[in-house]
Amino acid sequence: MNWIDIGHIDDVPLRGARLVKTSAGCIAVFRTGKDEVFAASDTCPHKGGPLSEGIVHGQKVTCPLHNMVFDLNTGAAQGADEGQIPTYPVRLDGGRILLDGDALANRSAA
Amino acid sequence: MQKLVVIGAGMATGRALEHLLDTAPGAYDITLFNAEPRGNYNRIMLSPVLSGEKSYEEIVTHDADWYEENGITCRFGEKVVSIDRERKVVVGEQGEVAYDKLIFGTGSSPFIIPVPGHDLPGVVAYRDLEDTNAMIEAAGKPGARAVVIGGGLLGLEAAAGLRLRGMEVTVLHLMGHLMERQLDEAAGYLLKKDLESRGIEVRLEAATNEISGDGKVERVLLEDGTVLDADIVVMSVGIRPAIGLAKDAGLDCGRALKVDAQMQTSDPDIYALGECVEFDGNVFGLVAPLYDQAKVLAKTLAGEADAFVMKQLSTKLKVTGCDLFSAGDFAGGEGREDIVYRDPARGIYKRLVIEDDQLIGAVMYGDTADGNWFFGLIKDGTDISEMRETLIFGPAYQGGAAADPLSAVAALPPDAEICGCNGVCKGDITAAIEGGATDLGAIRAQTKASASCGTCTGLVEQVLSVALGDDFVMPTAQPVCGCTDLTHEDVRRLIKARELKSQPAVWQELGWTTPNGCHVCRPAVNFYLLADWPLEYRDDPQSRFVNERNHANIQKDGTYSVMPRMWGGMTDANELRAIADAADKYGATVKVTGGQRIDLLGVKKEDLPAIWADLNGAGMVSGHAYTKGLRTVKTCVGKDWCRFGTQDSTGLGIALEKRLWGSWTPHKVKLGVSGCPRNCAEATCKDIGIVCVDSGYQIGVGGAAGMDVKEVERLVDVKTEEEAIEWVVAFVQLYREHAKYLDRAYKWLGKVGLEWVQEVLADDAERAALVERFDLSQSVYQTDPWAERAEPEAARRFQPLADLTLEAAE
Ligand code: SRM
Ligand SMILES: Cc1cc2nc3c(=O)[nH]c(=O)nc-3n(C[C@H](O)[C@H](O)[C@H](O)COP(=O)(O)OP(=O)(O)OC[C@H]3O[C@@H](n4cnc5c(N)ncnc54)[C@H](O)[C@@H]3O)c2cc1C
Ligand code: SF4
Ligand code: FES
Repeated sequence: MNWIDIGHIDDVPLRGARLVKTSAGCIAVFRTGKDEVFAASDTCPHKGGPLSEGIVHGQKVTCPLHNMVFDLNTGAAQGADEGQIPTYPVRLDGGRILLDGDALANRSAA
Repeated sequence: MQKLVVIGAGMATGRALEHLLDTAPGAYDITLFNAEPRGNYNRIMLSPVLSGEKSYEEIVTHDADWYEENGITCRFGEKVVSIDRERKVVVGEQGEVAYDKLIFGTGSSPFIIPVPGHDLPGVVAYRDLEDTNAMIEAAGKPGARAVVIGGGLLGLEAAAGLRLRGMEVTVLHLMGHLMERQLDEAAGYLLKKDLESRGIEVRLEAATNEISGDGKVERVLLEDGTVLDADIVVMSVGIRPAIGLAKDAGLDCGRALKVDAQMQTSDPDIYALGECVEFDGNVFGLVAPLYDQAKVLAKTLAGEADAFVMKQLSTKLKVTGCDLFSAGDFAGGEGREDIVYRDPARGIYKRLVIEDDQLIGAVMYGDTADGNWFFGLIKDGTDISEMRETLIFGPAYQGGAAADPLSAVAALPPDAEICGCNGVCKGDITAAIEGGATDLGAIRAQTKASASCGTCTGLVEQVLSVALGDDFVMPTAQPVCGCTDLTHEDVRRLIKARELKSQPAVWQELGWTTPNGCHVCRPAVNFYLLADWPLEYRDDPQSRFVNERNHANIQKDGTYSVMPRMWGGMTDANELRAIADAADKYGATVKVTGGQRIDLLGVKKEDLPAIWADLNGAGMVSGHAYTKGLRTVKTCVGKDWCRFGTQDSTGLGIALEKRLWGSWTPHKVKLGVSGCPRNCAEATCKDIGIVCVDSGYQIGVGGAAGMDVKEVERLVDVKTEEEAIEWVVAFVQLYREHAKYLDRAYKWLGKVGLEWVQEVLADDAERAALVERFDLSQSVYQTDPWAERAEPEAARRFQPLADLTLEAAE
């Protein structure tokens, strides 16, 4: 694990998301109503909708383009839809959001 | 006899010494250091001491006699400053003591946020008797005010205690709901309501910028500019294990002092327990596991085998009359199921989280009687598949009726208004039912409820159902979404009748089955709240679709289109130049729209604040081409130019657009104003279309030319421009107050009927009142969203949170 500090939880709106650019592509960092954080690919597998612009509800996000819903724990599409987004280790340390640089590096290698 | 030295006379070491003296009396010659000038006391009972429900004497656990009887040398009020492991001595402020075995029980220190002024006299933590006494003293001054920073367990106990002592108390909490580590959002909402009913002010998402005062605390400044007067500030934002001493002594530390399952540190003669230790990656903050550690440590020291194991924890808040309980892991997730029970009338909320036929978490508010039973199920990993159906009703439940889905309506008081059109209260309807009415038709005939616009029909039916039970068969209505059984109309009416003014209030009091809704209900509820309570509720961007949150229209490739207003389709050379410059600067494609204005397509999200600032600079504001709100007002050239024009159609169009822009509506609203019946502005297929004639203005409503093509129906003919504007504004407000979210005007009119609308609007007083309510809402919402978001602080949010492209490449 190689934790990288990417910002403070207050920089992400409650029940919202922000984008993080990485050399392996864009990652969305989500903050739920319970102040949990999740990180996942920003790109919807359906037609590339930016998931960081979706509505965050419970521990899920709805894609802004055509309403596919993803579970942020597993990255799996919900309901009748099929699809999967990669998720990444992320944690909170006293309000700071830490992303695992190693997991990102693995992604670019893959 | 072996020499045992103990550092810290806290909750953990007190318990360990008791066990040790039981199992191996006389085995050790014990010296006990404590930085606090006293021996062991029950720290968790400081809250009742603060509130005045107990005295300090009542919470002492070990008195002078006990230490004497057991031959313990007490060095209270003396801090240990270092440890020499070579020579095996502990160095206190008053001198050294040699040890054979050493125990660390140093606990933790409160965390103080390093804002300016954090060191002023009057800023206290909440950890020991000194802090408690400082608070009691501050409360002694009449009219004194306290600010508690931190809405966790301790902060709230402090707040409740100070309030009981008569202080004016404000709690500041950084997060979106109280006690977020122990509670979900719904329970957090109930707790907040409960505290507010005790006179405690709670501010969520409140960040402290500075504490200031002349030689002592006088006020607290928040990030949003709020200033709060304060005679005392209690910081309760978390704890840090007290491990400085252990680190200096070279013991192996991670987040805290590392121990194994026998409570041994990296030095075989040194042990540790309590909040200062880290076991298997865990640190501690509640007493239950510390008591287990105390047992294990006593056995280890007595030479008996035992091992510490992690167990599930449960939490209760010690505020008298505030019943809450949480245990286990209650986050939602894949493969996990929620069972939620809400009884809003009694303020009860229970949520169980189940995974693989086992209960793994529970949150309870209002009625915590079954808490320990659930906690037992969690700890034991009991298979609950057999009792799945009735689990939430607790151990006493032996079959019977399921939770009442009509409880929201059942809970309404008799004077709650059900039918807004005719002013009919729930009591009138129940009276009619008692008088023999058994169906909707009879209620309509006797009370006029639901006889006008009809949006309260669902509620009237539910009142019937509550009153008549099985004798009434409910027609099935379409609920808003999977989060609730209520229809849009019910939700709208209940928001008004029960004065629900926040989204958590709706979720909680109307029995939502999900923690915070979904993408279907959130935008609807957000709209209803802002339409009904323009001053109390503020629009929540996180409950809006991307376009309405970013104030631009997202395209299939993730770029945005930007469309400034062109009032009534009029523009000038300056505006066109600014548009042309912006197109060059941001690489946008330019298109003339079907709505008489110009679209800049393909703008990157990061560039939005800059292009808006440029267009603002030329006097242009957002065209709201993306909102459920006023879109365009198309006009024709009218009598200024056209040889057939009868009135100033362009001028009226501009006046209407300037009056209506910025308002949120259930669906989009488009207007057209044509100068004569030739109708070049296509006014007859707009939500509101005005055709000018020699004698005045023909106002039509309910047109559309999208998936359905609808011709307007005539609302009214008026003589003057002022009247035309008044009728249009009143119509828009009536639509805002009554329509279901995402019903365009024609759909809403199809439900309530044009005659009803005409009847309401024909009443001069009613029309004036609607206009007044619209203007009140505009006083909040008629601001250019672009200008607000082009401000540096807001613009920042349009950039990525971080750019790691360089780091990850390394
Ligand atoms: C830009 C524009 C097309 C153009 O290039 O001319 C346009 C573009 C869109 N229209 Fe439209 N409509 C545009 C004029 C119209 C018109 C013509 C008019 O207003 O006179 C109509 C028919 C009139 C009407 O609304 O009744 C029209 C009927 C629709 C509908 C169908 C509405 C309905 O009730 O059936 C939708 C879908 C919706 O709103 O749910 C829609 C939705 C859309 C959306 C917002 C689809 C979306 O959600 O992304 C398109 C956004 C593209 C973008 O990124 O900007 N657009 N759309 C026009 C913008 C006008 C403006 O200046 O604001
Ligand atoms: C107001 C309040 C309410 C609480 N309510 C609850 C509750 O309801 N339920 C619950 O489970 N938990 C509760 N807690 C938490 C609980 O009190 C702690 O988990 C527990 O006290 C930790 O015990 P400990 O022995 O590790 O540390 P402590 O009890 O903090 O004892 C550590 C002692 O070590 C002394 N010390 C530190 N360094 C030195 C040194 N260098 N030399 C000499 N002495 C030193 C300190 O002065 C202190 O007296 C509450 C805490 C507070 C403050
Ligand atoms: S008709 Fe309107 S919604 Fe359809 S593609 Fe054209 S602009 Fe988009
Ligand atoms: S791109 Fe996400 S649902 Fe279509």
